[in-house]
Amino acid sequence: MTEKAPQKEALIQLENISLELQGKQILKSVTMTVLPQQIVTLIGPNGAGKTSLLKVMLGLLPASKGTVFRQPGMVVGYVPQRLHIPQTMPLTVAVFAGMASKASQQTIQDSLHEVGLSVPLDQSVQSLSGGEFQRLLLARALLRRPQILVLDEPAQGLDFTGEAEFYHLIASLRERYHCAVVMVSHDLHLVMAATDQVVCLNTHVCCQGRPESISQDPEYLQLFGQGLAKEFAVYHHEHDHHHTADGRIVCDPEDHSHG
Amino acid sequence: MDEFLWRALLAGLLVAMMAGPLGAFIIWRRMAYFGDALSHSALLGIVLGIALGINITLAVIMVCFLLALILVLLKFKSGLQEDALLGILAHGSLALGLVAWGLFDGVRLDLFAYLFGDILSVVWSEVLLVFVLTCLVLIILYRIWQPLLQITVDESLATVEGVAVKGTLLIYVLLIAALVAVAIKLVGVLLTTALMIVPAATARGLSRTPVQMVVIASLIGMVSVVAGLGLSLYLDVATGPAMVLVTVILFLLTLSFGLHLLKS
Repeated sequence: MTEKAPQKEALIQLENISLELQGKQILKSVTMTVLPQQIVTLIGPNGAGKTSLLKVMLGLLPASKGTVFRQPGMVVGYVPQRLHIPQTMPLTVAVFAGMASKASQQTIQDSLHEVGLSVPLDQSVQSLSGGEFQRLLLARALLRRPQILVLDEPAQGLDFTGEAEFYHLIASLRERYHCAVVMVSHDLHLVMAATDQVVCLNTHVCCQGRPESISQDPEYLQLFGQGLAKEFAVYHHEHDHHHTADGRIVCDPEDHSHG
Repeated sequence: MDEFLWRALLAGLLVAMMAGPLGAFIIWRRMAYFGDALSHSALLGIVLGIALGINITLAVIMVCFLLALILVLLKFKSGLQEDALLGILAHGSLALGLVAWGLFDGVRLDLFAYLFGDILSVVWSEVLLVFVLTCLVLIILYRIWQPLLQITVDESLATVEGVAVKGTLLIYVLLIAALVAVAIKLVGVLLTTALMIVPAATARGLSRTPVQMVVIASLIGMVSVVAGLGLSLYLDVATGPAMVLVTVILFLLTLSFGLHLLKS
């Protein structure tokens, strides 16, 4: 991978990225940029290459073609889709959370509180539920004071209300830590309200842009169908409403349940 | 107490001390077979050491290092599973050792000592070597503790968190190679892995954090060394197997208590 002159201040810049794994085309000519403090949401059907794209961004997978730029020395907080902790490893919540940073017990406690995880510090991680473990991963990532948070389907397994709360949390974390957020949405037509940029992926980038414009894009409509696309639009109607009402981007749980 | 007993005790305690933390990582990373593979290759080291007239323990360390290097390189280069690679390398090096043994005329090998160890014949220079190695291993392990723990939890996550995964893993397997080379002298090829993993497995049920597990594993190993030495003197049986037997008994004794703790 060679490095080209990146867009000014870009944290991550992908240019014409293609990825082939065992002869199968996973990604094709993907170009996208993540700017500081920007929230980017990746959507797309199963097998569209969303997780692979995240891995290319993070340097976990080498691209077959194209250039990847990552800001040198950038601190990344990563929350993978799933993680298996072997039973043979005794790990408490506190040890796991503080493993990637030099945080004090108090800082760890604060961080757990911040992500809404209320379990004892000495509880073993193997006994956490899927959702709790996800929050623990998030706390671990935040303790590194990241410039960019990369979340792979963080809201999976949450109900509508839970998902809305989670998105609200992410938006507030962005405000507090001034970090960019890149996340894969598990839901095709439900995108977090505070998203600045939606990238709709299906091996190639179908379309990208502000959430409002995406829902009107012909390629998006073709990919997800008119019916689903409407839900997306409905959701963003609500989002616009809130945006103008109080001048801030607020994610209201009520909006999701009838979306 | 006779001097040879002091030497055996010292060497045994040192090896048990470093086997604790390394054994814990072997269990966490599911690499029990790796220890076996390395000890299989020791025969080649012993034969080469005798044939070339160099210190046998050093020769064994060299061969173990080489095997560990080849394994790590193959792991990252080929798509083969680690257990298949280990099987190939372990038996390949064992066969090579046996062939070399036949080729070098006049290499007299105490097969029994090779298989079951001969801790009572340890000389002071070897105790010194074990001491230096133990210090080195523990210092290096202390330095790579945090990144190694991150890698053990998840390699991708560790990579993103800025850990040099390959370098750290390479250092780790070299540490195990050093441990195997000296452990063979004590308990022999067949029981080396047991000395590494049984104390760590016993410690699992008694600990809640990685640090606890490592310290408890070392302590259990050291108790086993003392008790095993006593047992072998009392019953007049081979020392290495007696030590391993004690670790297994301790494991069984703590099993019910450990299970209870795991559930809590």
